[in-house]
Order: sequence, then structure tokens, then C-alpha cells
Amino acid sequence: MLKVENVSKLFRSGAFGGKKKRVIHDVDFEVKPGEVVSLIGESGSGKTTVGRMILRLTSVSEGRITFDGEDISTLKGASLKSYYRRVQGVFQDPFSSFNPIFKVGRVFRTIRREFLSDLDAATWETRLTDALNAVGLETAALDKFPHQMSGGQLQRLLIARALVLDIRLLVADEIISMLDASTRIDVLNLLGDLKRQGLSIIFVTHDLALGNYISDRIIILQKGVIVEMGATDRVFGDPQHPYTRSLLDAVPHLHERWSEEELKDLGLVADTARSGGHLIEHRENHLVRVYS
Amino acid sequence: MTSTSSSPAAPAAKSGRNEILYFAFRNTKLVIGAVVFLIFLLGAIFGPMLATHEPLTFDAPPGLPPSADYWFGTTLFGQDVFSQFVHGLRSSFIVGALGGITAAVIGMLVGFFAGYRGGIVDEVLNMLTNVVLVIPTFAVLLVVAAYLSVRGLGTEAMFIGLTSWPWAARAIRAQTFSLTSRDFVGMARLNGESTFRIIFGEIAPNMSSYLVMTFILLFGGAILTAATLDFIGLGPTDSISLGLMMNFSVMNAALQLGMWWWFVPPGLAITAIVGSLYVMNVGLDEVFNPKLRAL
Repeated sequence: MLKVENVSKLFRSGAFGGKKKRVIHDVDFEVKPGEVVSLIGESGSGKTTVGRMILRLTSVSEGRITFDGEDISTLKGASLKSYYRRVQGVFQDPFSSFNPIFKVGRVFRTIRREFLSDLDAATWETRLTDALNAVGLETAALDKFPHQMSGGQLQRLLIARALVLDIRLLVADEIISMLDASTRIDVLNLLGDLKRQGLSIIFVTHDLALGNYISDRIIILQKGVIVEMGATDRVFGDPQHPYTRSLLDAVPHLHERWSEEELKDLGLVADTARSGGHLIEHRENHLVRVYS
Repeated sequence: MTSTSSSPAAPAAKSGRNEILYFAFRNTKLVIGAVVFLIFLLGAIFGPMLATHEPLTFDAPPGLPPSADYWFGTTLFGQDVFSQFVHGLRSSFIVGALGGITAAVIGMLVGFFAGYRGGIVDEVLNMLTNVVLVIPTFAVLLVVAAYLSVRGLGTEAMFIGLTSWPWAARAIRAQTFSLTSRDFVGMARLNGESTFRIIFGEIAPNMSSYLVMTFILLFGGAILTAATLDFIGLGPTDSISLGLMMNFSVMNAALQLGMWWWFVPPGLAITAIVGSLYVMNVGLDEVFNPKLRAL
């Protein structure tokens, strides 16, 4: 369905924009219908940029992204709108995702005006109420200003916004990081239900537990490079790349404390970054980057 | 701008607006500025109806000091100064409004699109802004004046409007840049909203107070520029204005003849109007920006 083909992103830098900095290197993966893929990496690994490129908010420098065989960078006007009718996103920062001077309900009125104006009022109302209830909110919440709500509530509103549209692919950037533990599991289960109905989800996250809980496939990004990817059980069950291993080692456990030596070892996470190399198939459905 | 786009958001928004009004009425600078400005505005609207003489006809005894018949006295040529003054006020407000609106519209369009689109659009618009910014306004006006034998208020207002927008465009561009990087703009794009809607429905309302202040400054600036142009003899040729009155009085040695009533009223009025606008601007800044509110 969604294909990210050898995508790179270069940002201009330097005083006159003459230098170019490559932040995403040859990222190549595919998302099938009903599949949940997690993009995992540390801060600055370029996972958010990949998400924004899929949402067409950032342009692609090299390579291309296709959705149902259609190159998304060529979309304009009506075709772009129909793309957003099928592909939606939820951003990292819920406070910044709402226009601070309008009530949050305005977002839903905009959605209705732009995408669902053919729906009659009653159908729209039920659809809106269902979407809000699915994330544990009442319609009364729409009558509030963003600053009157908590980050978790706003994030749930953003999820409800995507649900109303009945989309096929959701790009979720740190979607549950603002939620408290009890809501988190509700939202995860909700997303699980939607997945069974055929929704594909790309989770952009640094949360390995989330990746493990819900994803079919894991993509580990380090400094804009895919270092390891494959089926969740294979990547997490038998991590091959040193970066993946150190990431897994760096997950704190509730019942044990790190010793001094272990803490020193964890510092190695940053040092495993290497340029070059290529992905090889370690075994079926499990690719690892090797440097030779 | 806010009220048009958020009409159904009445009850809670009301408290926000009431708060603004609460501080507005308690801000001395804003109140004083507004009162002074309103007095002159009323003078410009109703003054010409009170005037018993025509502004440019020579039907009075020359050089009279203020009296019951001629409230502000008469000129050296027997024209009624009061009538000239109120008609001049009216043309000052017309030039200020037309020039201010023209400059505000151009400045906002250029600033918004440069800031929102970025890239090549920004480069081109920014270059245009900088070019207009460094155009020697007076030199151009001298050339324009040489070609136009009859210059009206409209021409003058247009000229001022077309040359005074660059600073507004630059300021709005900078503000738009910072707002465009916020996620709600990305959300609006995901909503399939048009560029126009994103700029005027999402970004502009966030800086509405800033836009109001920009307009006030452009308005005051236009009045001041018009007075300067009139004073050096490049003003309208077919009507009277405050700047022209001062021009005539100086050319005819009113100062040396002791005819203070000829040049004091227009000079005072220009100073008071522009001053009141600037004081209002400072007051509005305090009202809109909670950090500046003196409690």
C-alpha cells in the first residue's frame, strides 16, 4: 500500500545554504494494509522526519514515496485532498497541534467542511460522538479551549479526529507518550481493533515496549539510517545490530537497578553509529545492516 | 478578525474578550489617545457642516485674528481658517485611512505569503520588499509630481500606501515564520485547507492584535507623510489639507506677520492626531500583552 523507496532527505545548511546535510539515508520500507510498523530510534534519528515526509509536510529530496502506486510528491489540489482523506497523522506535541485561540471543536468542523460535507447532520453527529466515545471523551469536550485541557485529552482528540475520517493509514508520532497508563492501554486496544478492520499504522516512537506490544514489524533507525528491520519477534527476540542490542539493554526494568559498570556500558549507544554499510537478509523477514 | 471566524464560540470566548475590554478601559494611555483621536475624527466628519464659509474662496477681510465671525481668523488673502482647518482635517483622515489601508493590505499579503511559503516565494517577495524599502520616496515623488499636473488626495494616498508597506511586510513575515512552524499549521494542511484559509483562518487570528497595531502605525505614518509632502508643495493641487495650510502660511510669511492663527491649528492638529495614534499603540500593546499590564 505505502512504499517508501530509497528516500533521502537533505537539508541546506551553512551561511548561504551552500552546504547540504543528509539527515535521512536511503530509507526503504513498505507498509501493507492492516499492518502496524514501528519506527524506533533515539531523538534526532530522523524518525519524525520520515513521518512528516509520508504526510507530505516535508518534501522528499531523493527517492520517492508511493501510496497505492501513486507518487505522493506529485499530488496537488483535489488529489492531495483525497490522499489526506486516506492518510492522516497525529503529531508529537498535542498543545501545539491546536490553534490556541479557537475551541477544539473547530478542528472537527473543519474536517466536516473539507472532507465530509456530503454527510447529513445526523450521520455526522453519530460519527463524531462515536469517535469521541472511542477515545473516552464526551462531546462537551469540544466546547473547550486547548489550554483548558490536559495533554492526554488533546492527544485523544487528535486520535478521534483521525477516527472520524475512517482512514487507511495513520502516522502516529509519539501518539501515546502523553497519555497516562490507564488511557494508554485503552487507546492501544482501540488501535488494535482498527488494525483488525484494516487500518495500517506507522508508530514513530522511542518506546520499545510500545513497539513490542502492538507492532507487526520494527524498523530501527539510527542517525537517519535503517540499521535493522523485520518482524517484531525476530528483531527483538534476536537482535543482531549492536545499536539494537544496546537499545534493548537500555530499557530499565522495574525490579532491578543498574550497577555502575552497566551504566557506563549504556553510554555506548551513541558510539555505535557508523556510516556506510548495507542491509543484508540475516534470515527471512529480518534485515540487518553490516559494514564491510 | 477573531470575531468573524469564531462566531459559534460565544460563551467562553466572551470572558476572553471581556478581559481585553476590562484592561482596555482601564488603560490611561489608550483612553486618552482614543479620546483625542475621536475629537479630531468628529471634527473631520461634522466640522465642514459647521463651517459658514468656503475654504478656498476669498470672501472675508484679510488677516483677521480669531473672532466670533471667523473662529480661527482669516488668511492673508481673506480665506476662513476654520473652514480650511476642518476640510484639511477631513482630507488628512482620508489620506491616512486610504494610505494606511493600502499599505496594510500590501504589507500583510507580502508578509503572510513570504513567511508561510518560504523558499523561492520568500526570496522573491523579500527582494521586492527590500527594493521598495530603499527607494528614495521623495525623489520618486518629485518625478511623479512633474508628470501629473493635477494631483488629488487619492493619488497622494496611493503613493504613500505603495511606498510605506515594507516594514510592515517584514515584521509580519517574521511573525508568520514562527507561527508556521507550529503543529496546528501542519494539522490544517492535513485537513486539506487551502493556503488562503490557513493564512487567514489559522495564522492571522493568532496575531490579530499585532495587525491592529500595524494598521494604527501605518495610519499615523500616512498622515505624517502626507503633511510633509503637502508642506514642501507636493500635495494635492485641487483641495486643502493641513500640510497645505502650513505651506501657504510659511510661503506668505505668517510667522513674520504674527498671524499665529494661520499655522498653529494645523500644526497642533497633526501633532495631536499622530501623537494620539502612537500613544494608543503603546496602550494597545499593554492591553494585548499581559506582561506589560501595569496593575
